[in-house]
Amino acid sequence: MTEPFVTRGFVGRRDQEDSGGISGDERGRRTPPGQYLTNDFPVLSAGPTPRTPLDRWAFRIEGLVSHPLEWSWSEFLALPAREWVVDISCVTKWTHLDMRWKGVSLDTLFENVELEPSAAFVIAWSDGGYTTNLPLADVLNNQAFVAFEYDGRPLAPEHGGPARLVVPARYFWKSAKWVRGLRIQDRDEPGFWESLGYHNRGDQWLEERYSGD
Amino acid sequence: MDERIAEMRDDPAVDLTVDGNAIGGMLATMFGVDVTGSPGQCAHCHTVSVVGTMRVYMRGPGVVVRCPACAQVVMRIVKTPTGTYLDVSGASFVRIAR
Amino acid sequence: MAALGAAAPSTAGPATRAIDWQLATVTATRDETPTVRSFTLGLPGWTGHRAGQHLDLRLTAADGYSVERSYSIASEPERAGEVDITVERIEGGEVSPFLHEVVVPGDRLEVRGPIGGYFVWGASLGGPLLLVAGGSGVVPLMAMARHRARAGMTIPTRLLFSSRGFDEIIYREELERLAAAGDGFEVIHTLTRQQPAGWTGYGRRIDESMLAEVLEPLGASTRAYACGPTALVEVAANALVRLGLPPDRIRTERFGPTGT
Ligand SMILES: Cc1cc2nc3c(=O)[nH]c(=O)nc-3n(C[C@H](O)[C@H](O)[C@H](O)COP(=O)(O)OP(=O)(O)OC[C@H]3O[C@@H](n4cnc5c(N)ncnc54)[C@H](O)[C@@H]3O)c2cc1C
Ligand SMILES: [Zn+2]
Repeated sequence: MTEPFVTRGFVGRRDQEDSGGISGDERGRRTPPGQYLTNDFPVLSAGPTPRTPLDRWAFRIEGLVSHPLEWSWSEFLALPAREWVVDISCVTKWTHLDMRWKGVSLDTLFENVELEPSAAFVIAWSDGGYTTNLPLADVLNNQAFVAFEYDGRPLAPEHGGPARLVVPARYFWKSAKWVRGLRIQDRDEPGFWESLGYHNRGDQWLEERYSGD
Repeated sequence: MDERIAEMRDDPAVDLTVDGNAIGGMLATMFGVDVTGSPGQCAHCHTVSVVGTMRVYMRGPGVVVRCPACAQVVMRIVKTPTGTYLDVSGASFVRIAR
Repeated sequence: MAALGAAAPSTAGPATRAIDWQLATVTATRDETPTVRSFTLGLPGWTGHRAGQHLDLRLTAADGYSVERSYSIASEPERAGEVDITVERIEGGEVSPFLHEVVVPGDRLEVRGPIGGYFVWGASLGGPLLLVAGGSGVVPLMAMARHRARAGMTIPTRLLFSSRGFDEIIYREELERLAAAGDGFEVIHTLTRQQPAGWTGYGRRIDESMLAEVLEPLGASTRAYACGPTALVEVAANALVRLGLPPDRIRTERFGPTGT
């Protein structure tokens, strides 16, 4: 093997200046390995932005539950929601601290259905065909929510609006944009990126980017 | 014209799409030749289109190539530090010239 | 994939295959506008390209992190052993600000190419030719215009070129010279943000009626190439289809998020 070529002076993206008054030390502590800090909200895209009219939108929980359940948009907005301020890390290497969302905890959604004893995995599915998988244990106890507002405004379509899943403790591809439902299963089923080289769990603090690497 | 295409063109994130041409180099490294001028067939709607005209989304964890006619996934490519994953299950064929 | 490793170099000479990364040496830079700079890349192993093709450029940090971007080739195929690329500085971008701020003559850059068997033009494809450019989207179209002039072609050709302001017109003087040659090459400018006093060209974004006017003298057998920010290419390609050009005579090159 020849020595890999290094481009003179190139270091890659650097942390953006802080705009939120967080100390340098704390910023460092809150940045997972291999990530840089940004104040932007880059759009990640794997396909066209779906346009489901709100009167045809519904959120569904199905699979290993006693009765599948579906909320219309107005029913969904009537569920108890709260504000969430969380740090988000994307596998494309940006981390954005203190992102402010409004949404419904998955715990609240699960209160309305009876999970079968064998329920162990959640498959989130979206308009446009995207899927991602999570162990049930990773989304319970306020570890995940369905967001419909970001930074005080309705969630923009390019960021997953009208509603997206948010799982702050995992790389952002697990936070399915345009989420329309959760399928509860007893077995795991790798989603859109997990089935093509990305890590099945995707914990940013363990730098679980790729499978088998 | 197909509703999906109208949707694609009306997309608030439209700026993030490029043509198949843009991944010509990456595909050439995988296939050994430039395939951007070659035809490929969408396994969903069976439209045959030149690879260079397919819709490419590369601002994300990987590269997603979609059919210009029906917007379904034709190819997916993920590069990891140790290899490249290629999914062509959305294509009936891609012609690789000799 | 079975295809891996199946490729053998087509010639035994020193030429480097388009699929291999090769080292280019920056031999010159030139400012085209306040935010656009051209770089001449010396490439001893270059196999030659066709007008409209691009190359991939790879930057690698000492820790192994690397990033790739595509840049169209601005120079005509007749120039051997070197190519020009022309790069617009995109605020907040990872690669284009680096090229503008750090790269100087003598530096080496890794490139792969030429790439692209679709967005290309040459004498065999003929004309008449309509070139539609937004900002740095003019780059591959410039390679076509330079090729056309160098090869002494007289195929009727019109370039509709959208820039933000007069000082932001890339290749302005060279385009004036090409248009003054009287060999059937015309440039029609539109300035979307600021027009100088007495400006007689268009002063709005490219739209269907503008394309209709520019296309009209060229006729229905025109071949069109549209290149630039994705949003502009969408508008141009859709309008040209509505104006009756067969879709297979319209070729597009979307640059992605290059700002507006
Ligand atoms: C085939 C081809 C040929 C090209 N030829 C040329 C050429 O000749 N000249 C030229 O100047 N350019 C050309 N481009 C564009 C070029 O490849 C780069 O895209 C451009 O230089 C910007 O790269 P960057 O790394 O500087 O910016 P990037 O880091 O890619 O960012 C670009 C801009 O988009 C924003 N952005 C990035 N990612 C996202 C996201 N996920 N969501 C929202 N915003 C985002 C950034 O903030 C920034 O403003 C070509 C592109 C293609 C595909
Ligand atoms: Zn299709």
